[in-house]
Amino acid sequence: MRPFKSVTSRAAVLDRADVDTDQIMPKQFLKRIERTGFAEFLFYDWAKDPEFELNRPEARGAKILLTGRNFGCGSSREHAPWGLQEWGFEAIVAPSFGDIFRTNCVKIGLVPIVLPQEQVKALMAAPDELTVDLEGQTVGPYSFEFDSFERHCLLEGLDDIGRALQHEDQIAAFEAAHPQRFATTKL
Amino acid sequence: MAKTLFDRIWESHVVAERPGEPALLYVDLHLIHEVTSAQAFDGLRMSGRKVRRPDLSVATMDHNVPTEDGPIRDPLARAQLEALRRNCEEFGVPLYATGSGREGIVHVIGPELGLTQPGMTIVCGDSHTSTHGAFGTLAFGIGTSEVEHVMATQTLPQRKPKSMRLLFEGELPFGVTAKDVILGAIGRIGVSGGVGHVVEYAGEVVRGLSMESRMTICNMSIEAGARAGMIGPDDTTYAYLEGRPAAPTGAEWERALDRWRELASDEDAEFDRDVAIDVRELAPQVTWGTNPGMVTSVDGTVPDPGDYDDPDEREAAERALAYMALEPGTAIREITLDRVFIGSCTNARIEDLRTAAAVVAGKRVHEGVRAMVVPGSATVKAQAEEEGLDRVFEAAGFEWRRAGCSMCLGMNPDILAPGERCASTSNRNFEGRQGARGRTHLVSPAMAAAAALEGHFVDIRDYALAPVA
Repeated sequence: MRPFKSVTSRAAVLDRADVDTDQIMPKQFLKRIERTGFAEFLFYDWAKDPEFELNRPEARGAKILLTGRNFGCGSSREHAPWGLQEWGFEAIVAPSFGDIFRTNCVKIGLVPIVLPQEQVKALMAAPDELTVDLEGQTVGPYSFEFDSFERHCLLEGLDDIGRALQHEDQIAAFEAAHPQRFATTKL
Repeated sequence: MAKTLFDRIWESHVVAERPGEPALLYVDLHLIHEVTSAQAFDGLRMSGRKVRRPDLSVATMDHNVPTEDGPIRDPLARAQLEALRRNCEEFGVPLYATGSGREGIVHVIGPELGLTQPGMTIVCGDSHTSTHGAFGTLAFGIGTSEVEHVMATQTLPQRKPKSMRLLFEGELPFGVTAKDVILGAIGRIGVSGGVGHVVEYAGEVVRGLSMESRMTICNMSIEAGARAGMIGPDDTTYAYLEGRPAAPTGAEWERALDRWRELASDEDAEFDRDVAIDVRELAPQVTWGTNPGMVTSVDGTVPDPGDYDDPDEREAAERALAYMALEPGTAIREITLDRVFIGSCTNARIEDLRTAAAVVAGKRVHEGVRAMVVPGSATVKAQAEEEGLDRVFEAAGFEWRRAGCSMCLGMNPDILAPGERCASTSNRNFEGRQGARGRTHLVSPAMAAAAALEGHFVDIRDYALAPVA
């Protein structure tokens, strides 16, 4: 994972609430077995409308997405954040996120930031240039909270699995202390 | 201190916890399907890692599989299923492939095989993993990066979510089912009402529900935004489990029962949030919009966006009505249908099929409607056929299909044509979910069955329930 400190760019505005991951990356594109190649399918059905927010010239090159509450609700498909990241987004700012989507973003280094609705709306009114600073924990004039551990991992670009494997002794001890209920391999 | 069921499961699965860091949580069972696993297996290969505990993992084919006999025509679907087969072989993960006799929707086969047992932690790269919470487990959906993490370490770093109790009060009125209870609850707390929380469903109503119905409720926890949903185990849970392939036997069974009986939330346990819902006020539910919170009673009408105070909600309702091609004020019962789908991890277990069969027995599907029943697993299919349900459905004009996710998400040939309107027992009415520009109304199996016969929604409470011949 690439470390993320801050990003300054024009922001794209998608002022809709409860945008689900089925809209972000429709099911027909989940059949790919690769981790790349999803950008062109981002918001596939909505993007057919030339007026769709991300089709507007001012959205081009945006690295920050400003959007509505409960963004990324629904299906657990990580293909949705993969597509957003590949399209060019490095940070998403919303009043709230779907839980699984938020975690998926953190795991791939796409920074999900929660701000109160009125602050997001205020940013949406002037999206021309915005700085998301994870080190300073600010978006434009506003400051935000972020899980300190996740922030550390994002800033350093740390690999989760490698970290967990440092606990190998504890995992093994846990397994030894908890006899297994069944073996799926022997059913 | 008084503890919740969630506290107990959580605390007994913490492998390591450093100050300021998320807990490392042990995973007792990892369920795998073809759509969210290929890139995770690739990740393991690239870093030279193994699946740490293939014996605590099980894979099946469900999202992509066609539900009609014959070869898989879609080359991408075939490649993805083939990749799963290859990956499972290479990494030693047991796979219930199509034709194995044990295949089916991942959340149907786990409980059916007895793999889902009280007190466990269960994860899967699928948001409806919450289904397994019906057995008093902590079960939640994860993304592909986390799938790889579980494969490599059998653990997940997790911050403990908040807890929430949804207390259902009163007795269920006639004709109101588990599906109506959960849809009603989502309508009440909203599609983000559960974000960041693990929900425990409680109340006498829940105690009276079968395991199938409890699974329907827990299944849709994610539709309320919740991290997971769970129900304390009881004699109904144990009766369901006893004798299943992975369930303990003999003295082990007795010891397991002793452990499971200790799991329930303490009477005086406190939840971060407590919500009570009186089910006596509930009628059968029908969604009218493009998320599961956009729901009303079958005797209600399509709402007027102008009645919403919140501008975001008003705009969302306007957009939903435009997509759904519905006019404000239209009676739900006047909405006519092109398709009916009975299936999915929400409502494709044997009880669901029995309920639907009881409604359609001796009747005919309306001439303007194409209706299909897709059992949740090969086992459900076999049992239904043994009970003669397939003949009841086929005699009524329903298509009887092979097990799979089918039209719940349209990743296989079962999809709506653009503009088609469907009464569906599945869990999501998102735009395009069942096929581009398709229009989905979520309902219970009984309501879907009755709608298939009449060609429009009907109030199942007024509808004569005939016994299966």
